Amino acid sequence: MIARIMAEPLLSLQGITKRFPGVVANDGVSLEVYPGEVLALLGENGAGKSTLVSILYGLYRPDEGEILLEGRPVQIASPSHALRQGIGLVPQHPMLVGRHSVAENLALGIGSKLFPAQRIVPLIEKIAGAYGLNIDPQAPVHTLSPGEKQRVEIVRSLLGGARILILDEPTSVLTPQEAEALFKVMRGLRSAGKSLIFISHKLEEVLAISDRITVLRRGKVVDSLLVAQASKARLSELMVGRSVSFDRKRSQPKLGQPVLQVRGLKARSSRGLEALRGVDFTLRSGEILGVAGVAGNGQSELVEVLSGLRPMESGWVELGGKTKNIRANPAELFEMGVAHIPEDRIHMGTVPSMSVAENLALRQYNQPPLAHGWFTDAQQLEANAKAKVQEYAVATPSIHTPSGLLSGGNIQKVILARELSGIPKLILAVHPTYGLDIGATEQVHQVLLDKTLQGAAVLLVSEDLEEILSLCDQVAVLYHGELKGPFAVESATRESLGLLMTGGVV
Amino acid sequence: MNELLSVLGQAVAFGTPILLAALGEVVAERAGVVNLGVEGMMALGALAAFATAQTTGNLLLGLLMGVLVGALAAAIHALVAVTLRANQFVSGLALTALGLGVSGLLGQHFVGSPLLEPLPGAEFRIGAVLLAIGVWGVLYLTQTGLILRSVGENPGAVDVMGISVVRVRWLAVLFGGAMAGLAGSYLSLSYRPAWVDGTTAGLGWIAVALTIFVGWHPVRAILGAFFFGLLYHLAFRLQGRVPSEFLLMLPYLLVVVVLSLAALRRQQGAAPEALGLPYKRGER
Amino acid sequence: MNKPPPSLRRWVFEPDPNPPASRLWLVSLLAILAAFLASGLIFWAYGVSPLTAYITVIQGTLFDSTGLAEVLRRFIPLVLIGSGLTLAFRAQFFNIGAEGQLLMGAVAAAGIALFVPLPAALVLPTMFVVGFLAGGAYALVAAVLKARLGVNEILTTLMFNYVASYLVIYLINGPWQGKTVRGFAYTDPFPPAAVLPTLPGTLVHWPTLILGLIMTVFLQLLLSRSVLGYELRVAGANPTAARYAGISATKVVWLVALCSGGAAGLAGVGEAAGIHQKLLDPSQISLGYGFTAVIVAYLARGNPILTIPTALLMAILFAGGDVMKVSLQMPFRVIDALSGLLLLFLIGSERLVEYRLRRKENPQ
Repeated sequence: MIARIMAEPLLSLQGITKRFPGVVANDGVSLEVYPGEVLALLGENGAGKSTLVSILYGLYRPDEGEILLEGRPVQIASPSHALRQGIGLVPQHPMLVGRHSVAENLALGIGSKLFPAQRIVPLIEKIAGAYGLNIDPQAPVHTLSPGEKQRVEIVRSLLGGARILILDEPTSVLTPQEAEALFKVMRGLRSAGKSLIFISHKLEEVLAISDRITVLRRGKVVDSLLVAQASKARLSELMVGRSVSFDRKRSQPKLGQPVLQVRGLKARSSRGLEALRGVDFTLRSGEILGVAGVAGNGQSELVEVLSGLRPMESGWVELGGKTKNIRANPAELFEMGVAHIPEDRIHMGTVPSMSVAENLALRQYNQPPLAHGWFTDAQQLEANAKAKVQEYAVATPSIHTPSGLLSGGNIQKVILARELSGIPKLILAVHPTYGLDIGATEQVHQVLLDKTLQGAAVLLVSEDLEEILSLCDQVAVLYHGELKGPFAVESATRESLGLLMTGGVV
Repeated sequence: MNELLSVLGQAVAFGTPILLAALGEVVAERAGVVNLGVEGMMALGALAAFATAQTTGNLLLGLLMGVLVGALAAAIHALVAVTLRANQFVSGLALTALGLGVSGLLGQHFVGSPLLEPLPGAEFRIGAVLLAIGVWGVLYLTQTGLILRSVGENPGAVDVMGISVVRVRWLAVLFGGAMAGLAGSYLSLSYRPAWVDGTTAGLGWIAVALTIFVGWHPVRAILGAFFFGLLYHLAFRLQGRVPSEFLLMLPYLLVVVVLSLAALRRQQGAAPEALGLPYKRGER
Repeated sequence: MNKPPPSLRRWVFEPDPNPPASRLWLVSLLAILAAFLASGLIFWAYGVSPLTAYITVIQGTLFDSTGLAEVLRRFIPLVLIGSGLTLAFRAQFFNIGAEGQLLMGAVAAAGIALFVPLPAALVLPTMFVVGFLAGGAYALVAAVLKARLGVNEILTTLMFNYVASYLVIYLINGPWQGKTVRGFAYTDPFPPAAVLPTLPGTLVHWPTLILGLIMTVFLQLLLSRSVLGYELRVAGANPTAARYAGISATKVVWLVALCSGGAAGLAGVGEAAGIHQKLLDPSQISLGYGFTAVIVAYLARGNPILTIPTALLMAILFAGGDVMKVSLQMPFRVIDALSGLLLLFLIGSERLVEYRLRRKENPQ
């Protein structure tokens, strides 16, 4: 532990423990936050960061331990209570009313009785001006970019008089350039004497912005260190508990014939806007193409068109030598060899209330051997499930357990087992490792790599540039419905991709 | 000219209970709670108002009771659908059955004895329009309205500000019930001052459909309600030329037509985001 | 914080992520009992002692052979409609219009019986087939509006109840009014070939009863053993996953509309051809079976076969309403009040199932 003699800690946690049925989410966590510093809280998914944030923000009560604010023990009963004591949160997913204006959102609960939205505007402008937070109070929130919504949340905390700002994975929705802008604001807040708690699992960012770093693993604090003492390798070892290689995982690919050819593809989003404006690319057998980009630039629409969930407006798609029928539905495309690992594994990829066995049948429930004519075959359904659960090492109490009771990693394995069990020609993988722990992530990566050796082509959509750079052969960026690239992965860097993601030219 | 004025007058008279009940539903739905119990709350309010006025001879006391009983009936919906987070649609439907059943049962004693001196209708009509404007003012110009609208859009955002979502929804649902009770009172104390089982005649359902049709906007509800009133009146005038059953069918068919038109115009895009969804902290 | 805890162990309600089925049934049973207690208040307000009411109802239904036959008679439409509705609710199609679909079935039956010349042996089967189609088609209108435009089916099916009701009133007062009924508002009686046989001395039209039982088994098999049933369960539990797997939501909605509306149509044929042997006032044909069947289906928790016990329960309630009407001079509306209360208590108690009561160490 680092002792700081120069100042009293503003906030101090002592031995915080929080248990949930079956898990200890926080196990005796102690840490300090000093005035005018950025403390990074680093840890993998599931390390207990979110639980700790929820405790600080009054959403959960700790089972054991104490929270001291300026040396005095406090109870934090609710988010508004937290804010009254000077603790503000900038949540990962903004808690804003999309249809209301920025001013209406910020006036909620704290503005005046009459004309609340009108009267709060000068206050907003004052605070925004002081910290260089550029926002338009009249803009409807749903028109704002993720970065702008974050700024609204920061202003809300400052309006409430926050001295401590918790930023929960703020960069997960930002491009590298937008993240840099956020860091500038954070530095400004720090020099104004605010304390910031920066939650992240991205090592570069933690090293770039923080003064001190506290690392969590499996609910426990494993170390707290000054940024000067930290390095990427050291932090990752602390975070994971063993040293992790940052090398490319990809061995020499075996490239074959083109599997997927896309020319001039155009499609509209669900709201009727142009989402894909003429996309061209070719994907060969055995190849992995990474598609990077900030969410909402056409990635969903591209995958939906290729998986048959969305009609294309114009253009031409050839799959395994056959031209894709414009109206082909997902079942027909699966028949043609398109496997789809969807972004939302719980709401799209599985039916949480149905059993693992039934979920494993979702693609072939109406074909032999799972069905004969109009009827399903319960025995074959079980046999199919048992085989797949074993092959993919799905940890489930039974094949009859509702899939919703499984962990995220095991749900993803159920999906992989179902989608990849045949010999897919094209695998559409969307954020396939999002929210998974390192072990499950490695398994997902390994399965994808193995399938390419068997001749499958993979279209990998990810916001994680590390993942893309370590797995793919080709990289492309979607920006405003236009595909930049593909480029050979060797010619791409984080910086060049980041620039393309914001519409810049390399 | 006089003919036209009389037609419009009738349209307003008939549109008033629809407007009153729809204003209540607008407020409840703006807070994210669908209440399909309007018809039942209206019937209970109508009976309570009539029974009180009949036994005490005090019309204003009757009016008060109608409003109170309407709110009380709504409290059942608030308890089941807001506090206990049951399916709002089923709960409202059950409330309608309960309200129609209880009012039909207890109203037996009051059948066939009309009020001798009914309440004048003009005050109700003017009052309803003023109320609509008042609801608009509260919704769009005050903190109360801001909180209410936010609860209907994103209850989580209100919860983190330390405002109780459950409390706001309760109050909105109670207001909706009071308005339905007021609409019922207008029917039984003024419009046709007697008690008959089924006096609400589907007006509650029309109020629910109207809420969607006017895009959850209180001022547009004024025009919508009077438009429905006009249609009713015209149907009434057609009696004799068309079998009366078809005229009686008309309001119900109109609801379906109106809902389909609203859907065609993508009006449902204007629905509060969290409409119909129970709120539980930490769940979205 | 400073006060010492009164005791180290205390009772707490805590969420239970995986509640056992037994608790579901126990809570439902308690909710039903509570609803009956609450309905006592309504009896009391009407001026009938609740105790008298309960005793009268139980004696008049379960301990009386005519009463039992009445229960069975009410059971027929309830089990038919209820089993169809379990499917509809599973698929998230909230068909509240069984009342109207039943009436359309009755209209179709009357149309065939009175106006279509057919060989005697074919009359009843044709009535059932056309009745099924009429009820199903009526529900389909709401299904199409939902699938194409996204119009809320609860409101549309409900409105169609009123429309069907007025249609029947129009028919029996107008074009279909009987020549031999001397101005009364009903049709001529059905010819003998269009009348369903009943168990001697009762109104239990047994062919419809058997049809109802077959229906529950058939729908149960459809749901759990067929490809269509699998599609239905996926689409109902997670529409997004259904889309992802290429299952047509429209097809599922149409299927359940046809099944649930058709089952209600069959019930209408049974009521017209078995009980009344003519088309008459809608309030006499249906008595609110459509709404009560919602409770039957709700209680059966999406399992068609379980509507056999739940329909029986509600049939007792229905026959009880009749007893109250005759013995206690209460209007039949009392059934609406009871149904409403039952449903409110049932859905309100649902939340309790997700919690368990446990004695727990006090954290102090």
